[in-house]
Amino acid sequence: MLELRGVTYRYAGYARPVLHDVDLALRDGEIVGLVGANEAGKSTVCLVASGLAPASIGGQLGGDVVIDGERTTSLPVHELAQRVVIGFQNPSTQRSGVAATVFEEVALGPMNLGLPVAETLARTRRALATLRIEDLADRDPARLSGGQGQLVAIAGLLAMGPRHIVLDEPTAQLDPEGSNLVAAALRDLARTGAALLIVEHKADLLDGICDRVAVVDAGRIVLDGPTTAVLGDERLAGWGVEPPSRVRLARSLAARGLPGLAELGWTA
Amino acid sequence: MSSLVAFVAGGYLVPLALVAIALVSAATGGVARRLASVSLLLTLPIAVSVVLVSALTRAGTEVLVVLGPFDVTREGVDFAGQMLVRLFAISTAIGLFSLTTDPRAFVFDLERRGLSPRFAFVAAATVEAVPAMVTRAGVIAAAQRSRGLDTEGSLRARLRGVLPLVGPVILSSLTEVEERSLALEVRAFGRPGVRHLLWWPPDTAVERVARWLIVAALLVLVAVRLAGAWPPIP
Repeated sequence: MLELRGVTYRYAGYARPVLHDVDLALRDGEIVGLVGANEAGKSTVCLVASGLAPASIGGQLGGDVVIDGERTTSLPVHELAQRVVIGFQNPSTQRSGVAATVFEEVALGPMNLGLPVAETLARTRRALATLRIEDLADRDPARLSGGQGQLVAIAGLLAMGPRHIVLDEPTAQLDPEGSNLVAAALRDLARTGAALLIVEHKADLLDGICDRVAVVDAGRIVLDGPTTAVLGDERLAGWGVEPPSRVRLARSLAARGLPGLAELGWTA
Repeated sequence: MSSLVAFVAGGYLVPLALVAIALVSAATGGVARRLASVSLLLTLPIAVSVVLVSALTRAGTEVLVVLGPFDVTREGVDFAGQMLVRLFAISTAIGLFSLTTDPRAFVFDLERRGLSPRFAFVAAATVEAVPAMVTRAGVIAAAQRSRGLDTEGSLRARLRGVLPLVGPVILSSLTEVEERSLALEVRAFGRPGVRHLLWWPPDTAVERVARWLIVAALLVLVAVRLAGAWPPIP
């Protein structure tokens, strides 16, 4: 279980906190989406949930971040990495720069964990297969497209065999097929008992895979509930979030007095 | 090592020979043009100030030109020339190393020799920084040109075009380094203890002998310099 309890966070050098009294709990096997406008504090929630803030980037943390019963502040970063991993938006900055091939890039995490070579190889092959990028294994990771690079970065995280995953806009550079592959991989991971926190602007993706969605506005969680209820909330646009296409379609149909909503089992 | 040799030796001959060796090696590896760009990029900002200060302020017995309140002396020009060739020897050595060294091999080899992966990564990031910065400068220059910045034509126009590049290149490099170090932390890069590497860089007998020969040459040079059997550094 991954929990943020009354979390307040201020970046080093900032006069004011960016997060205010954030409560968010992710149960094992649960996929939680996080939405909000730009600068709402979504990425900061990710950094705090992964323990990188304040452990790596400094700043001041109030409240508690608890992973499987242990506070993140009591764990060194390399131990945190075995419990929760975080994926960032930009694939080029997630490249280690010390791998000649995609295979080596994905293998870097397991290798750093000190795993035996056979286990590192097995995990790497599994991660590549999960995202169907085995054909990229021999490619230079510096010469991939943005979408390929993002899949390789996510494969690198999967190969770590993490207990929980935090992803900050994981599909920003992916085409629909790539997004679907990532979504399927995340669902599989959740089935193994991992808790997943996903920041995403594509509400459709969250609509398809999340158990719950939380809305961040000005550093506070303003709404947290079942995916259908949150993504269908009338206030969503006011928080800078575009509802998923099914909700927009339903509203459009309703505005024209056309039937169809109830028949499809949709609620807006 | 080449940089140290250039400084210990002084004069013109040895540093120029080192520049020639670096350029020939780069041509063999197909990176001569990139090495020339990198070398100029690294050297010019320092060279301009070094040459001006040395030529205009160094005292000497033979005045070549008088520029306002400054006497340009033969000794000052000689010193500036020697500093310039040394700077080029150093920048070509660093550039050649950056452009031809596989960061993976570098990191793993340092680790094999007992350095922590963290230190090895910092060293590799430094190796990668130069070509990455050249590439990024190219991308930013293209973006600036598309917004109407004149970076072609006369030398003055080109120099004027360099200034708007410096800030974005340096800032984006710093941001990238921070994000990359976070991404590595997430992948347990800072974990202490043994890593079972998948691959070791080859280290042939020829390479080992060549390395020891270079170290020996440096030691001989230092000894010759200490014995006073080499022209003094101005």
